[in-house]
Amino acid sequence: MCGIVGLFLKNPALEPDLGRHLAAMLEMMTDRGPDSAGFAVYGQPGADGVGKITLRVAPGFDHAALQAALADKLGAAVEITPRGTHLVVEVPEDVIEAATAAIGTLAPGASVVSAGRRMEVYKEVGLPADVARAFGLAGMAGSHGIGHTRMATESAVTTAGAHPFSTGLDQCLVHNGSLSNHNQLRRRLKREGQSFETENDSEVAAGYLTSRLAKGDNLGEALTAALVDLDGFFTFVVGTETGFGVLRDPIACKPAVMAETDDWVAFGSEFRALAALPGIETARLFEPEPATVYFWERHQ
Amino acid sequence: MTPAPNLATAGLAGPEAETIDLGTDSVRDLNSRLQAVQPGANATRFHVLNPAGRHALAVGLTAPLSVEIDGHAGYYCAGMNALASVTVNGNTGIGVAENMMSGFVHVKGDAGASAGATAHGGMLLVEGNAASRCGISMKGIDIVVKGSVGAMSAFMAQAGTLIVLGDAGDALGDSIYEARLYVRGTVKSLGADCIEKPMRDEHRAEIAEKLAAAGITGVDVGAFRRYGSARGLYNFHVDNAGAY
Repeated sequence: MCGIVGLFLKNPALEPDLGRHLAAMLEMMTDRGPDSAGFAVYGQPGADGVGKITLRVAPGFDHAALQAALADKLGAAVEITPRGTHLVVEVPEDVIEAATAAIGTLAPGASVVSAGRRMEVYKEVGLPADVARAFGLAGMAGSHGIGHTRMATESAVTTAGAHPFSTGLDQCLVHNGSLSNHNQLRRRLKREGQSFETENDSEVAAGYLTSRLAKGDNLGEALTAALVDLDGFFTFVVGTETGFGVLRDPIACKPAVMAETDDWVAFGSEFRALAALPGIETARLFEPEPATVYFWERHQ
Repeated sequence: MTPAPNLATAGLAGPEAETIDLGTDSVRDLNSRLQAVQPGANATRFHVLNPAGRHALAVGLTAPLSVEIDGHAGYYCAGMNALASVTVNGNTGIGVAENMMSGFVHVKGDAGASAGATAHGGMLLVEGNAASRCGISMKGIDIVVKGSVGAMSAFMAQAGTLIVLGDAGDALGDSIYEARLYVRGTVKSLGADCIEKPMRDEHRAEIAEKLAAAGITGVDVGAFRRYGSARGLYNFHVDNAGAY
């Protein structure tokens, strides 16, 4: 099992309510994944040229010390905002990579969950409603977001094993299903220099997409290649800076339903997750086809 | 010969319907109420409000009730149905009418994957499209889909009929044992051991009878093509050993 939800707003007037809708959708998928939950929210970009890094830290972590040390090391302005067990670190966009490396040295206990201009990723062990509340999801604004509720089937229930997994700047992946060739793929990706935090199959799928993207694929090409290279069951939802994509394996036994109105596009593992969205009564409902890449983007 | 009963309208006459609102009552309340009705009871019409995609609505019915669900239903709606007539004024999720024994299930919108799975009898009518694996392992049900069916429909079908007024997706009838598949539109591909077979008068008569029972008129039965089992997988052939 596992539950996936996604909401992409076409109408900017709804942006203040993104988190509220996403939190309700996530909670509705508790039956499909009660052991951990996570979500990515694409908020407004910060001031021009500012990037965000989301970190997961241990309780009592001294973020003021990290802020000072990081600013000193980078020679740039650094802002840190705590949210639950996570920190949002704002640094100039052009030093995101340097900042991520520096955090690895300055705070070895902290895990980098995501990086980008707009994306913030939060995940934690526990019931979806508790996880959403701990991070204040209902109060978050943004243009789109994806969420995941996990029922672990083949690796441990840990925060690091929760979804979404980051696949690059402003990109993340959530997965429902199970891959059967992830050990082989993980070895291949390790030889290419990637490192993995868990034994989780979904982390390998994320690593696979990261590798394809790094080699020059666009997201559509990377997802199409995944149909060949990944063996197993999957429904993927991927988030990008401007939209989200959906891909199901050729057998498509992991559920997916989509709804679209003039104001939004939504994804749910089950219709229940979409039932409370405004305008659902007249939305166009459909089930995404197997082995077909879907994409929705906002053209700004 | 008496005309075939029109199952689509047969259950709708009768006394005032009892309303069950899932905004206030639980799914268990609903199913307990419906399952408690004995054959011959007075209250046989039920109107279900606010389904909101909930699962397992109107399942395990054993009396000739008429149940109308206003909105979209989740998984396994009208599963294991016997005798009852269940109408969904909306879409259904995975496995509508799964393992139905008899009765009539009518989906006014689209049906999710595995519609009519493993069902032994009765009729499932889908006004819209049915997703993948429609009629998987069907064992005697009659399924009529006014739209199209998705990939792998009638997978391992054993008995019954699947009539599709639109198109069929990939691998129709894969590993089919028996069952008769009629498709008016295009078939993207046939699955293993499924072949096209000639249409004879008996097949046109069968389609006409099923469509009449579904309340569908004005369809040219001559426009359908028939698919079924080549019966090549019934027995193990040593020549195929290399394929395993």
